[in-house]
Amino acid sequence: MQVTVTINGEERSADVEPRTLLVHFIRDDLDLTGTHWGCDTSNCGACVVLFDGEPLKSCTMLAATAAGHEITTVEGLAAGGELDPVQQGFIECHGQQIGFCTPGMLLTARALLDANPDPSEHEIREAISGQICRCTGYSNIVKAVRWAAENAPATTTTTTTTTGA
Amino acid sequence: MQVPAPFEYERATSVQHALELLRARGPDARLLAGGHSLLPMMKLRLAAPEFLIDIDPLAGELGYIREQDGELRVGAMTRHRALLESDAVARHATIITDAERVIADPVVRNRGTIGGALCQADPAEDLSAVCAALEATVVVRGADGDRVLTMPEFHRGPYETAVGDAEMLIEVRIPLHPVAGSAYEKVERRVGDWAVAAAGAAVRLHAGVITRAGIALTAVGAGVTSGAAEQALAGQPPSEATFAAAAELAARDCSPTTDQRGSVEYKRHLARELTLRALRTATARALRGDA
Repeated sequence: MQVTVTINGEERSADVEPRTLLVHFIRDDLDLTGTHWGCDTSNCGACVVLFDGEPLKSCTMLAATAAGHEITTVEGLAAGGELDPVQQGFIECHGQQIGFCTPGMLLTARALLDANPDPSEHEIREAISGQICRCTGYSNIVKAVRWAAENAPATTTTTTTTTGA
Repeated sequence: MQVPAPFEYERATSVQHALELLRARGPDARLLAGGHSLLPMMKLRLAAPEFLIDIDPLAGELGYIREQDGELRVGAMTRHRALLESDAVARHATIITDAERVIADPVVRNRGTIGGALCQADPAEDLSAVCAALEATVVVRGADGDRVLTMPEFHRGPYETAVGDAEMLIEVRIPLHPVAGSAYEKVERRVGDWAVAAAGAAVRLHAGVITRAGIALTAVGAGVTSGAAEQALAGQPPSEATFAAAAELAARDCSPTTDQRGSVEYKRHLARELTLRALRTATARALRGDA
C-alpha cells in the first residue's frame, strides 16, 4: 500500500506492506536513520519521533496509521543550519555518551518545552521516564533540557523567561 | 526484528463504517485502537488477525469525557493522557487519575486508549479493575443497537470480553455519587512495567456508613471484583478494623502465580496491603468531598 506522510516538513511516500512499522518505514523506506531502533517492545524509547507534535514510540505504530500525519525526526530539529536549543543543550551539558537514546530524548525534550517552556527538574524527569539511557546519563540529560529552557531563542518558544537553574 | 504476521488493512472512517467492516469480516478481523497492547502482541505473533481495522481516525468521534445524566461518560478512544489530565476525572473518579499516573509511561499514554485497554483485557492491565471498582458500565454497539453491560458481564477473564465478533466498545459510563471517594494503589518494579499487584477501591458513604464499596485487584488472578471484601464493607462504619478485615478477604479471594515479578506469598501480601491503603485513601477522599 502507498503511505504518504509529512516528515520534517516534506511530503514523502513509499509503497509498503500494511504490517510495516513506522520506525522501519522512516529508517528503511525514507532513509532517515537518525531515528534509532532499540528494544522493539515499546520500552526503551530510542525510536521516539514527534507525531503531530507529540512524542510517539515509532516501533509501536503502523506506517499505515501514520499516513496523512506530520512527523518530526531528529533530522528535522535543526532549522536553517542552526541547532535547536535542546541539541545545543546536549552539547553544552554533555547530555550524551554513546548517543543511542539521544534522538528520542531530544524530541521528547522539544515537545516538553513546546508545552512547558520552563519545566522543573521533576517535570523533565517525568517527561523522559519512558525512555532509557543505557549510559545512565540522566543527570546530564536533565541539565541539558534545563539549559535549553534557559537559553531558548524567542523564535523557538512562545515565552523566553529564564530563571536560574 | 519483531514484525507482525501479514494482514489486510483498512481504515475505518466512522463507527458505522467500522461496524460494517466487522460484519463483513467477522472473526478474522480485529480493531486497532491506540495499538499499544495489540501491536506488541502481534509482533510476538501471540495475535495474528487476518484483517486489521484501524480505528485511529475515530479518535475524534470517540474521544471525549463528559458529565451526563449522573454519569461520567468516556469515549472508548479517549487516550490515557486525556484521562490523566482531565479535571472532571480527577474530581469524580480519582482512582482513574491514580491509575493513569502509573500506566506505562508518558509517551505510551499519548497513544493508548481506555477502550483498547479494556478490550485487550490483559490480566495485568489496570483500567479493568478501576472500572469494576467504580461499578462502571460499558456500551457495546453492534448491528442491532447498543448493549449496556456491567464490568462483571463485560470482562470474562484474561484476554476475553463479551464483545461479539461484529461489535465494538463505544463508551464507558461511571456513575456519580454525592459522597464518594476512590483510590488505586499499585506496585511496579520500574516505570512503565506491568503491575506486580494493584488494588482499587471506590467507597460511597451515607450518614457515616459505607453504603457500597467496590474492590478490584489487578495482576493477582482475582475475579472482576472482590465480592467477599465488598460484602464485608457494606453497611459498616469506616474504620481500620473494617478495612483490615476486607483487605484480608480480598487477599484470600485471589490466586496469584509466582513469576519473575514475585512469589505467591509476596503478591498476596501486596493484595492485602494495597487494598488496605486504597480503602484508607478512598474513604479519606469521600469524607473530604474530594472525589
